[in-house]
Amino acid sequence: MFLRALKAAFPRTLPVLAGYLFLGLGFGVLLSRAGYGAGWALLMSAGIFAGAMQYVAVDLFLAGAGVLECAMMTLAVNARHLFYGLSMAGWYADSGKMKPYLAFSLTDETFALLSLTEAPESVPERWYYLCVSALNHLYWIAGSLLGALLGLLPFDLLGIEFSMPALFVVMLVEQWRRKRARLPVLIGLACALGCLFLLGPERFTVPAMLLVTGVLFLFRPRLDKTEGRSRA
Amino acid sequence: MSILPAVLVIALVTAALRLLPVMLLGKGGKPLPPAAAFLSRAMPPAIIGLLVVYALRGTDLSAPPHGLPEAAGVCAAALLQYWKKNTLLSVFAATACYMALIRLL
Repeated sequence: MFLRALKAAFPRTLPVLAGYLFLGLGFGVLLSRAGYGAGWALLMSAGIFAGAMQYVAVDLFLAGAGVLECAMMTLAVNARHLFYGLSMAGWYADSGKMKPYLAFSLTDETFALLSLTEAPESVPERWYYLCVSALNHLYWIAGSLLGALLGLLPFDLLGIEFSMPALFVVMLVEQWRRKRARLPVLIGLACALGCLFLLGPERFTVPAMLLVTGVLFLFRPRLDKTEGRSRA
Repeated sequence: MSILPAVLVIALVTAALRLLPVMLLGKGGKPLPPAAAFLSRAMPPAIIGLLVVYALRGTDLSAPPHGLPEAAGVCAAALLQYWKKNTLLSVFAATACYMALIRLL
């Protein structure tokens, strides 16, 4: 069961493997240049597993930020995960004991990957979800450890973080191939751009998420009509 | 000063944000409320649109090179993916294109 799910999940996670090795590497390098070694990289990547926030955390450590400031910043940067949870609650409803781990490991990329791919018929969905989540988690840990170890060497890796937007653009193209996903994609793009221009890069995500939710409901009659199947 | 308290707080807040909706909704095999079921379908593609903007939020259009490396990288990723359908190739090529352009421009 597990092996079959792993075999189905692994090829589909390869793009995230590339992205997470890059991004994790960048994080590990930053952290080690801030004076915290591989042990901290391991602890953070295993226990937090939130890429953007871990980059922000390095800045917080360097600034000597207090616990309260760390909590507030985490709320602001990671509030979008509330919405992933809302979206995935239905998918994860029957996952039993795996549910807490599936929820804990629901990153941007795992969310995007799961919403694009489907488990083969021979594999129970929850095992497929588990394998995708755990593989991505391992890639992230491996990337940050590698970065922590290489951080002391003078590599010029500036710009490697573009693998993240590139991965999202690729996922957007894949969504675009499915006609019924086009209107939601456009709503997401438009709401995000609008909020970005109005509110600036640091504060736009949560308002944008709320706006997206509202606008989706406005278009609900039309979206329900084009939805043939249970999955978008 | 140890960063352990900070790491723990960040981990706890992140986990709470991720666990709360999943653990509270659809509990005990009860069907999701129709509104949540609708969001499960319509939200994923919309959020991918949002994530593209989120990942590019730091792009500075006002200073040279006016977001040109980002624009070129996005186009490279989109066009390659559209034609070749090879995610790895698209991500690698777009990142390489971006890394080259920020050094050249």
